[in-house]
Amino acid sequence: MRWIEAIRSAFSAIMANALRSLLTMLGIVIGVAAVIAMVAIGSGARNLVDRQIRSLGANLAIVTPGNVTQGGARLGAGAASSLTDEDAEAIRREIDGVVAAAPFVQGGAQVVAGGSNWGTRIYGIDLDWFSAREWDVASGRTFDPEEMRRGDIVILLGQTVARNLFGEDDPIGQIVRVRNVPFRVIGVMAPKGQSAFGQDQDDVVFVPLDAGRRRLIGRNYAKDRSVGSIFVKFASERDIEPGIESMTELLRQRHRIVGDQEDDFSIRNLTEIANTASASANTLSLLLAAVAAVSLLVGGIGIMNIMLVSVTERTREIGLRLAVGARPRDILSQFLIEATTLSTIGGALGIGLGAGAAYLVAQFAGWPSLVSTNAILMAVGFSALVGIFFGFYPAQRAAKLDPIEALRRE
Amino acid sequence: MALIETRELQRVYDLDAGRVVALDSVSLDIEQADFVAVMGPSGSGKSTFMNLVGCLDRPTSGQYRLAGTAVESLDADGLARLRNREIGFVFQQFNLLPRIDALGNVELPMIYAGFDRKTRRERALEALGRVGLAERAHHRPMQLSGGQQQRVAIARALVSSPSLLLADEPTGALDSRTASEILCLFQDLNREGVTIVLVTHDAEVGRHARRLVRFRDGRVVEDRRQEPADARSPAPEAAE
Repeated sequence: MRWIEAIRSAFSAIMANALRSLLTMLGIVIGVAAVIAMVAIGSGARNLVDRQIRSLGANLAIVTPGNVTQGGARLGAGAASSLTDEDAEAIRREIDGVVAAAPFVQGGAQVVAGGSNWGTRIYGIDLDWFSAREWDVASGRTFDPEEMRRGDIVILLGQTVARNLFGEDDPIGQIVRVRNVPFRVIGVMAPKGQSAFGQDQDDVVFVPLDAGRRRLIGRNYAKDRSVGSIFVKFASERDIEPGIESMTELLRQRHRIVGDQEDDFSIRNLTEIANTASASANTLSLLLAAVAAVSLLVGGIGIMNIMLVSVTERTREIGLRLAVGARPRDILSQFLIEATTLSTIGGALGIGLGAGAAYLVAQFAGWPSLVSTNAILMAVGFSALVGIFFGFYPAQRAAKLDPIEALRRE
Repeated sequence: MALIETRELQRVYDLDAGRVVALDSVSLDIEQADFVAVMGPSGSGKSTFMNLVGCLDRPTSGQYRLAGTAVESLDADGLARLRNREIGFVFQQFNLLPRIDALGNVELPMIYAGFDRKTRRERALEALGRVGLAERAHHRPMQLSGGQQQRVAIARALVSSPSLLLADEPTGALDSRTASEILCLFQDLNREGVTIVLVTHDAEVGRHARRLVRFRDGRVVEDRRQEPADARSPAPEAAE
């Protein structure tokens, strides 16, 4: 019997019991959907890590002030302003493998230019910022050391801010006011895009550290030299772990913390955070792989079960087909094709469902949705294999029927 | 050479209860274009004989030639091929596939013979025309009466121009008027040269054949030619 006939006959048999067929497919649908979602989530997570590293800068650690206890109340991480730009200087000088140590302060501010204004985040930074974050200006220039030293009131705009305040006009040389302080725009930063967590990184302005500290943010920074946090960039990933250890040592010394006293700062490895995200995505992938394996197995058994029922129900049909000249192998291939068609239709539905699920996850997690051709081919292959594997026994039972017995069966 | 030649044909079943000789040394020739009724009570061996003649089963011993082919030496595939080419079956319960229309049912043997779609369609329509159902080609079995279903089954049996039409109680599930229509069709086909072997336990049906073979206890106990009853005229009991 020709393939096309067998497939047509398989479709008619499947449609004859549409609901039953659909329920039978369910296991395959879920299994294949899990495979698709697994692959999509796995590559989405890899992509997230790549993007995080690209947008934040590679081999980065961040030093933040620790908690502080005031009258018995522990105020939580970042409450203290224990870090200073001298700490940053010391880190830069004394820790091996450190390429840049960028202290900064940050706050929120309304930026006004002529008739328009825009609320954004304002950072007071020093010159190491640009190399630590691997971020430069797109036009104009960055601060010069003299401006840094004096804390001049000059400003760099992020792309989003520049667009919202000046539209198509060139902002360089213009004056913007922040808290009534007039800043001269000297540059516009290169676009950085969304962060790995979906924030617009271009919605930001930068001023020299001292200018930011004195004129804009001030309030938390009791000591004149204090900073919010410090980005520390290492030459390579290998340097990060030992670097963090020696930084801890160094800062404890500088802050005169002895014995079992608690650190008044904390250091996080940002590359590690990215890796943690990827590790949890891997866990999710593994879980989905388990779901996929179990569903495909259960789906396969479901198909085997329903095919056995079908063979029993259609014994007379098999007898008749044998009587009019079907060879046992024609019967075998007919039922095998039917099982495979069933599982492949299930696979196709599963691809739809899995792609939908991957899309939703991507939407919520802010990842790109990646349903690859490979994953689809793999899913189709898997479901066809399940059909062939679990359809074989019922098909063989059909093929072995004795035509006389089969014709007599009610 | 006769179309069917059986020599010392024997079929023995090994059951738990012991050996059962279902068919015992049957030697019988059936000529081309004959119309033979095989009769006998149940357990007489007529069904076993039909299964052997229909190449659905192989004899325990003895020889059987169908259209010159030695059947006893064929394997399952060989038997399937022979059934496909040389035999058209008609069953008591019609055995049509419910999901496909009359045309599709008639096409079935040709699918296994490997004909293309166009040829199948043409020949199936032609066969349906021969049994007077050309205009019902796209009806499903459920939409047809019992007599019409049996006609579709006969068209299916005829479609690949087999040497032998083998009918097993073809009127058993029909009322007497429809039954005589079917028998009339058999007689017409036989006049056109189709060889028919009709297995029945009903003497009235058997009267329509040219030759009557009666089985009892696995042996042929009667074998005679007769003047066939005309299916077109009312049957005697119906006239009473």
